[in-house]
Amino acid sequence: MILDYVGVKEINGSLIVLDDVEGASYEEMVDIRLDDGSFRHGRIVQIDGKRIVVQVFEGTKSISLDNTRTRLKCRPMELALSPEILGRVFSGAGEPIDGFGPVYPEKRANVNGTPMNPVSRIYPRNYINTGISTIDTLMTLIRGQKLPIFSGSGMKHNELAVQIVRQAKISDSEANDFCIVFAAMGVKNDVADYFRRCFDESGVLSRVVMFLNLANDPIIERILTPKCALTAAEYLAFECNKHVLVIMTDMTSYAEALREFSSSKGEIPGRKGFPGYLYSDLASLYERAGMVKGSTGSVTQIPILTMPNDDITHPVPDLTGYITEGQIVLDRDLEGQGIYPPVSVLPSLSRLMKDGIGEGYTRADHQPLANQLFAAYARVQDARSLASVIGEEELSPIDKKYIEFGKLFEQHFVNQGFNENRTVEQSIDLGWKLLSTLPRTELDRVDDALLDEYYVDDPELLSFDSIGGTAGSSEKE
Amino acid sequence: METNDVIYGINGPVVTVRNTRSFSMMEMVYVGEARLVGEIIGINDKFTTVQVYEETTGLKPGDPIYGTGAPMNVLLGPGIIDNIFDGIERPLKAIEEQSGSFISRGASVSSLDLNRYWNVKIKVKPGDKIKGGMVYATCPETAIIEHRCLVPPALEGVVVRTEPNGKYRIKDTVVVIKDGKGAEHELTLCQTWPIRQARPCLERLPATIPLITGQRVMDTMFPIAKGGTAAIPGGFGTGKTMSQHQLAKWCDADIIVYVGCGERGNEMSQVLDEFSELIDPKSGRPMTDRTVLIANTSNMPVAAREASIYTGLTLAEYYRDMGYHVAIMADSTSRWAEALREISGRLEEMPAEEGFPAYLPSRLSEFYERAGRVTTLNEKEGSVTIIGAVSPQGSDFSEPVTQNTKRFTRCFWALDKSLAYARHYPAINWMNSYSEYFTDLDPWFRENLGEDFIKYRNKITTLLHEESSLMEIVKLIGSDVLPDDQKLVIETAKAIRVGFLQQNAFHSEDTFVPLEKQKLMMKAILHLYEKSKKVIASNIPISNIISLGLFEKLAKMKYDIPNNKPEMFDGLIDEIDKAFATLTAG
Repeated sequence: MILDYVGVKEINGSLIVLDDVEGASYEEMVDIRLDDGSFRHGRIVQIDGKRIVVQVFEGTKSISLDNTRTRLKCRPMELALSPEILGRVFSGAGEPIDGFGPVYPEKRANVNGTPMNPVSRIYPRNYINTGISTIDTLMTLIRGQKLPIFSGSGMKHNELAVQIVRQAKISDSEANDFCIVFAAMGVKNDVADYFRRCFDESGVLSRVVMFLNLANDPIIERILTPKCALTAAEYLAFECNKHVLVIMTDMTSYAEALREFSSSKGEIPGRKGFPGYLYSDLASLYERAGMVKGSTGSVTQIPILTMPNDDITHPVPDLTGYITEGQIVLDRDLEGQGIYPPVSVLPSLSRLMKDGIGEGYTRADHQPLANQLFAAYARVQDARSLASVIGEEELSPIDKKYIEFGKLFEQHFVNQGFNENRTVEQSIDLGWKLLSTLPRTELDRVDDALLDEYYVDDPELLSFDSIGGTAGSSEKE
Repeated sequence: METNDVIYGINGPVVTVRNTRSFSMMEMVYVGEARLVGEIIGINDKFTTVQVYEETTGLKPGDPIYGTGAPMNVLLGPGIIDNIFDGIERPLKAIEEQSGSFISRGASVSSLDLNRYWNVKIKVKPGDKIKGGMVYATCPETAIIEHRCLVPPALEGVVVRTEPNGKYRIKDTVVVIKDGKGAEHELTLCQTWPIRQARPCLERLPATIPLITGQRVMDTMFPIAKGGTAAIPGGFGTGKTMSQHQLAKWCDADIIVYVGCGERGNEMSQVLDEFSELIDPKSGRPMTDRTVLIANTSNMPVAAREASIYTGLTLAEYYRDMGYHVAIMADSTSRWAEALREISGRLEEMPAEEGFPAYLPSRLSEFYERAGRVTTLNEKEGSVTIIGAVSPQGSDFSEPVTQNTKRFTRCFWALDKSLAYARHYPAINWMNSYSEYFTDLDPWFRENLGEDFIKYRNKITTLLHEESSLMEIVKLIGSDVLPDDQKLVIETAKAIRVGFLQQNAFHSEDTFVPLEKQKLMMKAILHLYEKSKKVIASNIPISNIISLGLFEKLAKMKYDIPNNKPEMFDGLIDEIDKAFATLTAG
């Protein structure tokens, strides 16, 4: 017997409360029909006896106390899945919005997913060559990793994400198994369009699944967007054996939507008004990256988040950093100097890097080189802060060397063209060349054997004009 | 199973039951037809509140709730070591066999393998008087750990009959005893224990033996005692997990309990990978032979995360009672505190600082106070050392979890972002870290390593503090203006930082360094310092000393001198002497 419940008891933000409901189950889906014939969708988020609280995805606008009929659908939120979803565009709640009609489902999956058993995980070791020097050398992206980009409003995070997608087209032999899931949460129309255009230009559009919840779409759908996207990604990776790269932008909007929803539910707020369960909630998304035994696919995540006021201690970047396996931090100063990608090297990190590089993966000298570059660049910061007090002229000769190294490093190593694709070999060699501008005795993180092999003693060979100057002109695809 | 109690309300992991009197506080219950595991956390005359350890999606009002009549407990017996459990002691490998790569709900598997046979030796004979804590049977659990079956603490009596030595499963009765009232008790190889209750011991012993970790900055500068407590706070990316892994691999405890509490899944698979490949130098066996893993990753249910810490502790205490030294690593206690906060929020309790419940400090103290070196009921010596990672929000050490942890731990290894950015690992900041164990442990160090060790350590600490105040000046006016003796302090402190404090976990020699070598390394650095100081006093410029290249030599001695060749330090000191001889002669 299917019952329609007429009217609602209470409306609060995106929540409606119904009384005297029989047999409702937690997180069950409901359909709400308005008197004007339009449909809304909702989900049960709290039950107290016969009183249920329903979250309405499309918002409660024009719902009144008695113009609705609510019907329980007896199943949790599910996403229709089939290999045909590639190339399709969906709303944040998983409804097709590209006009090609519904997906004929091969299976339906609960969007909440289930936690991966830690013993079934395969420890990720296979690196992804992004062609970007800073990332490849200093914070290597590993297949199955979750590596967010911490950015701020107005910085070039979208370009960086696009460049990663385009250049990481994953080695050619596996190109057919490669696909992208793109989840837009509360981003501007222009941004979504930019991504779509870039996917189109690099010829991968047929391998992209898009979930779009734009800035003016309802916030409840925004909460579902990453869940739908990751459900699709898990399906493609673990059942269709594809390598899936998930780009989620912007996680800050997602967290803000969660905050809005939480406060309308009357929950006790934690830091900055975000709900106390923000960590668990973000973890339930990020932890869906990885590889499992019994499948050759992988889910790699690149979430993008804008740090409000460039503050890395804001709850969203802070909690994200605790869950993800490293982070790529963008820096407004570098951006201001016209350096692209403006990757702030010191706070950036890839936790899985150490096991995916070196002999057999990239090159044996990769890790020591990275350590030395980090250590040297950290010295540059000290020298610079000293220079800002006493002036560059007054610095000791060795500090001056570091200042010089810092400039070269930023201009030639960090800086590279939007279309410039460097191999790992090139990046590592460039790193050694840069280190060679410092006296050999300063390089205390690498042992002598490596220095003998890679340290360039001849100052004649240390010219950097040929590199970086070509930004933007080469290898246009 | 029959029950009249049904679900009334559902909100996330919190489920309420109306008008019932059948449950007691902290009782373990099964919720719904899928029999999800839960625990009673609040009772009043109208509502009983249950926290559910699994996803509550799909539960309905009217679904049954079954009581078990016992508090949340764990099964203790052979088969714990070398296993990996979730937060409520369900073996993840068995769950994988049952439900595949993703954990489904209501998985019902026994904590320990019921069908495995163990090679049991019976240690008592009929007529023996035995009491709580005594060993009645042993079996080899792994190649290096002997499992000792202990009489449950409250039990006392006379052995009536025993089975012969042989192969038994954990639920097989091996010994029967009769207590004072004439009732018979059957002892199997296993027993249960409530996780939130500390296991009893005879007496607590003072913390006078160090836990040797092989990590220089920890052993020398901020040592921890066996049975001690330590906190490792640090923002993300500062190397908390790395430090915990290093400790788990190298510290000289007999058994390691590693609790991954609300952390990354890939980290757990890394631990699984690495520990099974890594050979323990003391026993020549894989590290997994002495390790228990508890993995409740951040996406697994939050209530089980709260329980995971207690589960780990109870397992640790059980092995302590057998007479082992156990170290438990909790990574991270902040996630546990957040789980408390989350559940407290769902219960609509009045929040204290930053939304954390007011009982956070008392819970933390209860947890850390379960550490200790003790005489067990069986009059053996055992210890539980707790090393908890703390993940302060926004790397701000003034937040409640860090502050409260500081009050209840005696060792504080503060990880520093700027050190981590410069890839100085372990990024333990020597200025704000401390250990309260110095006075307790000094007699041990004096006895085993000589008076010198303490002298060197104090000198090194002084030099680092001097450097830090000199750096204040250098930051303002540059290092060129300093007099040579102060420049020497800075040079020496650099040698200490790079050559001594910094340690490379990926280098086969440097990943673990015995105390003897630590002492000699300090000696070499201080020798160079004293020599230079004398030379500078006779007006030879410091640049001449630096150009000898000795400081670089010291920075690399950790790699150049193998751990098993301490005599090479004599050569190094000779070399320093010779170099100075030429300097003063020239």
